[in-house]
Amino acid sequence: MVHALLLPTAALILGDAMPTPVPPPERRPRASLLRLLLLVPFVGVLWVSSYNSLTPTLGGIPFFYWYQLLWVVIAAGLTAFVYFAER
Amino acid sequence: MRWTAAIVCLALFALITALGFMAARWRRGDLDLLHEWGLGGRRFGTFIAWFLIGGDLYTAYTFIAIPALVYGAGAIGFFAVPYTILIYPILYVVFPRLWAVCNRHGYVTAADFVRGRFGNGWLALAVAITGIIATMPYIALQLVGIQVVIGALGVGGHGLLHDLPLIIAFVILAAFTYTSGLRAPAMIAVVKDVLIYIAVIAAVIVVPIELGGYSKIFAAIPAAKLILAAPKGPTMGSYGAYATLALGSALALFLYPHSTTGILSAQNGGVIRRNAAMLPAYSFLLGLIALLGFMAIAAGIAKSPEFTAGLKQYGPSFAVPALFLATFPGWFTGIAFAAIAIGALVPAAIMSIATANLFTRNIYREFIKRDCTAGDETAMAKLISLVVKLGALFFVIFLPLTYAVQFQLLGGIWIIQTLPAVMIALYTRFLNGWALLIGWLCGIVSGTWMAASLHFKGSIFVVHLFGVAIPSYAALWSLILNIVVSFVLSAVLNPVASDRHKDATAMEDYA
Repeated sequence: MVHALLLPTAALILGDAMPTPVPPPERRPRASLLRLLLLVPFVGVLWVSSYNSLTPTLGGIPFFYWYQLLWVVIAAGLTAFVYFAER
Repeated sequence: MRWTAAIVCLALFALITALGFMAARWRRGDLDLLHEWGLGGRRFGTFIAWFLIGGDLYTAYTFIAIPALVYGAGAIGFFAVPYTILIYPILYVVFPRLWAVCNRHGYVTAADFVRGRFGNGWLALAVAITGIIATMPYIALQLVGIQVVIGALGVGGHGLLHDLPLIIAFVILAAFTYTSGLRAPAMIAVVKDVLIYIAVIAAVIVVPIELGGYSKIFAAIPAAKLILAAPKGPTMGSYGAYATLALGSALALFLYPHSTTGILSAQNGGVIRRNAAMLPAYSFLLGLIALLGFMAIAAGIAKSPEFTAGLKQYGPSFAVPALFLATFPGWFTGIAFAAIAIGALVPAAIMSIATANLFTRNIYREFIKRDCTAGDETAMAKLISLVVKLGALFFVIFLPLTYAVQFQLLGGIWIIQTLPAVMIALYTRFLNGWALLIGWLCGIVSGTWMAASLHFKGSIFVVHLFGVAIPSYAALWSLILNIVVSFVLSAVLNPVASDRHKDATAMEDYA
């Protein structure tokens, strides 16, 4: 019976201090083959021998460190790309 | 006593205390309902979710422990970066499904979902207890972050007096969590993260200037700490350890109750997917924070008599606070320290709420008081959130720190054993509830045994396969065993004792 209480529509839950208009239903993403791109970071960062090196340095930072920081950016970019492609 | 820093710290603490209590009125809801108190009414949008989940996952303990590991052990400590890279593809693909099914059925915890999916209260109980036990030491470790900061501010005293600031901080935390629920950490997270970003960005700019550039910093680091030791002979050596620590930690992260709570408080699946692309900003920040460990070495913290006592008492955890004290004026150090201390309160609040939700939903309502009302349920959850925090406080004050660290290490091994029942179950109902329970047990026992054989000092267990030594995070080995047992037993049980008719969810609930 508690479940019934917890199941008001999104519009009711979303009610702020003032009545909020019913939000547009969220567009369901089309799960696409593009999601395979999200496997790329796994290969990139789990293949440790490919980056366990001091050189080339970047601004004095050894390769091992800046390369992995670069993957943070690449992985986020790939996720963003998949998100926009699926919208 | 470092007065300027202490006063700035105290002022910021007063600010977030006020925010914590005001949060009860923010986006007002009926706080007598569990999903209002414990999930903020499931209505956080992209922006707040970014702060909330960011503050939830990147805890004060992370901010202290990761640079401490880099300071003490070098390159291996950087595993936190690949770890926090890999969590986001998983978040993007898997967890909007969990959000959808939980929203459809009013589930508040992962164990609620397991209960609905398998109709098996015992499996749900296993998932709930695993979550509670894995989270408790994690809350305790957040306190350690506060302790280190209080120590670095030069607060002296002995016995109870020494612990007084920590106790006060925790009483405040307990009080606003009780009244405001998840809204409190959500609101505070915004302040905390702004402070953290300011402190860290200033540190990675100012410290290298003072020390003469990054090349000078890295030149001061012993060669053995700079990169991983290349494996020699038929072993995967440190590469295996590094990669599996990253992968295992990434798989475990979103199974922790506080992560689930953060995710389920989102307004819709889109909020989660957008955040999977936006939250990596914190991973980048964490990478920079990890480098602070090296900066502390280069700055000669260990040789400075000013910090001898602190390093002796807190070990490598003192490295980053000492670096700030050595580099910045008092007022700025105060900001950085406040960021760490407040950074402990946000996840500690979410963790205690998550634990309380689990206890109330999956133990109290399932086994103790089946006919409890929504009001009873929320009152119980609020009470449990206090009990949990008290427990963590006692843990930190009365037991040696190593216990909390070892329990946390075990917690990672245990929580990953809920992966088949939660994550795989989002995709297939092939698995049988009882098979999952036995698989879970095999995982818990084997993982604990591996950790015990390492005397609870590490989590890298070496397995010899086809003449090659494979050192790997024990959580991953035990998870493999768990998955194999779950699938094989399901194949055996399904024809004779199928429990598929007990599934309360339908295919379309997951989209």
